[in-house]
Order: sequence, then C-alpha cells, then structure tokens
Amino acid sequence: MIFGAKRRRGHQGFFALFEHLDSTVDACKALRAAGHKGFRAYAPLPEHELLEEGLALTHSPVRVFTLAGGLTGAATGFAFTSWTSMDWPLVTGGKPILSIPAYVIIAFECAILFGALSTVIGLFINAGLPNFRPMVAYHPECSNGSFGVYVTAPPAKAAEVKKLLSSHEPAELREEPEGFDV
Amino acid sequence: MATADLTKRGALPNPDVRKYEDVNKAVLKVLGRPGKGWWALFSIAVAGVGVFLTSWFYQIYKGIGVSGLNAPVGWGVYITTFVFWVGIAHSGTLISAILFLFRAPWRQAIYRASEAMTVFAVMTAGLFPLIHVGRVWHAYWLVPYPNSRFLWPNFRSPLVWDVFAITTYFTVSAVFFYLGTIPDLAAARDHARGIRRKFYQIISLGWRGTDREWHHFSKAYIYLAALATPLVLSVHSVVSWDFAMAIVPGWHTTIFAPYFVAGAIFSGVALVITLAVPMRKFFGLEEYLTVKHFEAMAKLCMLTSLIVLYAYMVEYFLAWYSGEPPERGSFWNRVFGHYWWANWIMLTCNGLIPLMLWFRRVRRSIAALFVISIFINIGMWFERFVIIVTSLSHEYEPWAWGLYRPSVVEMGILLGSFAWFGFWFLLFTRLLPPVAIAEMKEVVPPPRRRKAAS
Repeated sequence: MIFGAKRRRGHQGFFALFEHLDSTVDACKALRAAGHKGFRAYAPLPEHELLEEGLALTHSPVRVFTLAGGLTGAATGFAFTSWTSMDWPLVTGGKPILSIPAYVIIAFECAILFGALSTVIGLFINAGLPNFRPMVAYHPECSNGSFGVYVTAPPAKAAEVKKLLSSHEPAELREEPEGFDV
Repeated sequence: MATADLTKRGALPNPDVRKYEDVNKAVLKVLGRPGKGWWALFSIAVAGVGVFLTSWFYQIYKGIGVSGLNAPVGWGVYITTFVFWVGIAHSGTLISAILFLFRAPWRQAIYRASEAMTVFAVMTAGLFPLIHVGRVWHAYWLVPYPNSRFLWPNFRSPLVWDVFAITTYFTVSAVFFYLGTIPDLAAARDHARGIRRKFYQIISLGWRGTDREWHHFSKAYIYLAALATPLVLSVHSVVSWDFAMAIVPGWHTTIFAPYFVAGAIFSGVALVITLAVPMRKFFGLEEYLTVKHFEAMAKLCMLTSLIVLYAYMVEYFLAWYSGEPPERGSFWNRVFGHYWWANWIMLTCNGLIPLMLWFRRVRRSIAALFVISIFINIGMWFERFVIIVTSLSHEYEPWAWGLYRPSVVEMGILLGSFAWFGFWFLLFTRLLPPVAIAEMKEVVPPPRRRKAAS
C-alpha cells in the first residue's frame, strides 16, 4: 500500500455491522445526540434517509467547483476565440472579426468540459478519493447488503460507545485496539 | 415514492429481487469465467478489428485514392459512419443523464450498458474523421494551435466546433461512465480474489462506501448529469451544422439540429435494445431487464421515430414550398434518382417499420423488438448516407453532378468499425459490472427491522 493508515492516537475503534437501515439511522442519531463527532457510516447505496436524517448532511461544496469550472470554461472559450481572432484579424466569409454567435458554441463546449472536470476534482477533494490507504475500519458486507457504523473513542468512553452501539442490535460488533481516521 | 407505485412504473426489477444481496449475486456472477459463446464472439470481434486495421493501413499506404471519394462526392461512407456512431452514442447519455434528472425509474437496469455503449460509440466515431482526412499523421492539425505564421484556426467553421463538441463529449461521457461504476467496482473488489481483487481495488480508487463518499458522490453525480444533458443535445446539433452551415441543397436548413438529435436518440435506443436482448439472455439477467424495460425503450423509439418521420416530411414539403429549383431537384433526386433505393430503405426502416410499435403486443415482444431494432439501425445508417451522398452528388450545376461508389476498403472499414465497437463492449461485459449494482438497490426496498408505517 502506498500510504499507511491514519491512526487516531489514544483511541479505540468500534465497527458495528447492521442488517437494517432503520437501526443504522437510529444508531447514527444516537451517536450524534451523545455528542460524538467524526464517526463514519457505511452503506451499499446513497440512502437519503441515512445521509440526511441519520447524519444531517446537507449541502456539498462540490457545487461550487461545478459553478467555478463552468464559468471558467465559458470565459476561457470566449477569451480564446476572441483573442486568436484579434491576434491576426482576417475576414473570412464576410463575417465580423469577432463572430460572437459562432464563439458561443466553443464557449459552451468549454463550459461543459471545464465544469465536468472540476466537478470530478471537487468530488475527489471532498470525498478523499482516491484512497489507497489500507482497508482498515471496513467490512466487505458494506458493499453488499449491510450498513456499518465506525466510531473511535478514548478508553474512558469505550464502554459507553459499546453499549450505545449494541443497544441497536448490530449483526456484528468489532472492537479494535486502535482507532483510525477514515 | 411508494413501493407499489414504483412497481407499476417498471422500476422494480422483479418481485423475486427482494434483497440487496440478490443484486450483487446476480450481477457479479457475470464477471466470472467467460463461456464458449463469449470467446466465439470475441474471436469474431478480434478478426473484425483485424479487417478494420488492415483496410486502414492499406489506405494509409496507398493513399486516400483507394476510397471512392472524389469530386463532387468528397464525403462518403466515412462521414456517414462517423455521424452514425456519434448518433448511437446519444441514447446512453439520454438514459444515464436526462432520465436520471427526470427520475424515470426504469433507467437503473439499463443505464450502465447504454452508457458503456456511449463511450465505445464515441471512441469508434472519433476514428472516422482521422480515417477520412487520409493523411492521419497530420491528425494533430485538428487541435487548435497556430501555424508557423501564428495564424489560428477559423473558429467560425463548424468543423472546428465539431472538434470541440466531440472531444468534450468523449471526455465527459467517459468521466460520467467511470464515476458511476466506482461503487460497483468496489462491490466487485469485495467479491473477487487474487489478482482480480487487486485490479478492482485500484480502479475502484479505494471506494469504501462511507457517508462522506456517498454524500459528495451523489451531489457530484447530479451536477454531472445536469452538465451532460445540454451537452448531449448540443453535440448532435453541432454535427448537424457540419452540413447545415454549407449551402448544399438538402443540407442548408434550420430543422437539422432537432432532426439530428431525435434521429440520434432513435438509433441509440435501437442499439441499446439490440445489445440488451442477447445480454439478458446470455447472462441470465431476465429478472433485471424485464419486459417493462423493453416496453419503455420501445416507446422512446416510437416517439423519436415519429419526430424523424415528421422531419422527413417537412424536408420534402419545404423543398417544394421554397420554389428553389436546386432544392426541389435535390429532393426529387433523393426519391427517384440514382440513390432511390437508399432513400426508400431509410423511409421503410425509420418511418414505416417502427409504426408497428403502436401495438402493445409488439412492444412487449422481445423477439419482435430485437428484429425492429436491427431494421432501425440499418435505416439510420442509410439516413446519413442519403443526406450526405445524394446531396453532394446533385448540387447546383448539372455538369458538376456525379456519382459515388464506396470501395472495398471503405466497406472493410465500415464493417470493421462494428467489430471495434463489439470488441470493447465484450470486454466491458466481462470486466465491469454490466448492471449498476448500487443504483439497482435504490429501487429495492431497504431492509428494515420495524415494519414500515406506509
């Protein structure tokens, strides 16, 4: 592996595997209510109930990337076509040197291209992809049919976290001596 | 949306698919060892790619004179096939982006395959301008950069627009396709062993399905779909302006952009049907690609075939109504001239045969749809042939009229392009999950401990 896993010093890790969506959502809500931050939920699909109700995730900064990329692209397209036409003014087909309607097409295509690529950059930055760190704090069932919650806690709070997770009846509760940042 | 409602609208794959695990099992089993049938098809595709490359290399060696292109018909089978493949690409983006924004619940099962088709069709189409220009070692002249006297390309030319449109379309559709597969590649990684596992680990970019990943992923996906939607409508419009901007009779018309876009979607959906029928059969995906999915695609075909048929009629009417002798002559020549047969193949395959889709029994018969879809593909290739070749062969001055006959090299490249496309598609069906696993799960009711109140 290219990088080592990011450890959370002085923390223990708990991975709870849930078979049901509603228990996962409940567990996430309870963890938030108990003041836990930086825990992770795993799902095999973008389940809105989990993301919006369970974790209260709202806006994503990816949209800023999309907008910025699109505007940059449109500006680049117009600037490029206009500058190259002005650089050596040559009348073709009796059309004006600055043929704006024709340049709209180039600007439009550039807007889409830059917008799409910068959306991907925005996604990669915000979602932390590509992530070639070791697959710690992961369960392969989470890409199949189950949900997961991963919490780290210092030893003093470990018992509380364990109790909270087991109260939502996980299919499996893994306790690890080390906590990781995922 | 309530489950019953989703079922009625054709979203749910099958009452038998009840659990998320079923989706993984059914789709990932396709990625196992390929059978004899796959190897047979793959060998044919490789042989066809051989024909393709041999013909092309022969043309590079001997020169563009080995094609039938000459004055006045300087655009022939290559440009026809280019437009054909660009058109094919459009339905993939329609199904993956436009129907996604419209929340059409039947798209999930079919969209991965049609999006793959988009990427490979643009890959095929993109080769044809290079083949057509002859001196392929100068293909980099397409890139907008100044010549040695610092004169830049003419951005008023539709051919330059086309370079921008096709490049953007290929990049964006490839990115959109790849991004959508990432969660499914992670599922394949967790299922695979050994070297395959390493392969999927790398190309899934280490996806883990965390809330952080899904949150930004689902937003990014919406924005990409919103960008791809105007893009797909623009690309075939730009392709149509390659013709409509010229003053050739039969080309110089404002109806071209919508007419081309409708035709593109028409041919693309037809090819999705042609590919989905054998895929469903060979990979045992009957529970996922149901009759309802095929019926929905048949309705799309029906709608677009009517738009295309309407465009044909409007073209004839306007040619007559314009009162312009060259315009009238061009269309008379299409119907009764030297290439009358191409025009009648086009009208029969694109206008008449799809009328059968008005019958519910035809729309729900997979065998009938398969046959009709092949006719549509043939008809749509001939549509481009009619537009390009017959118009160029019959312009203004009678002494400048002339005929064109495709050479063996051109036919080899045309047939080879299908093999090239098939080569990539066959590889796709074995290496990447051919049905979107994560998206299929969105239409399967989630597992709940408590019984849902609704």
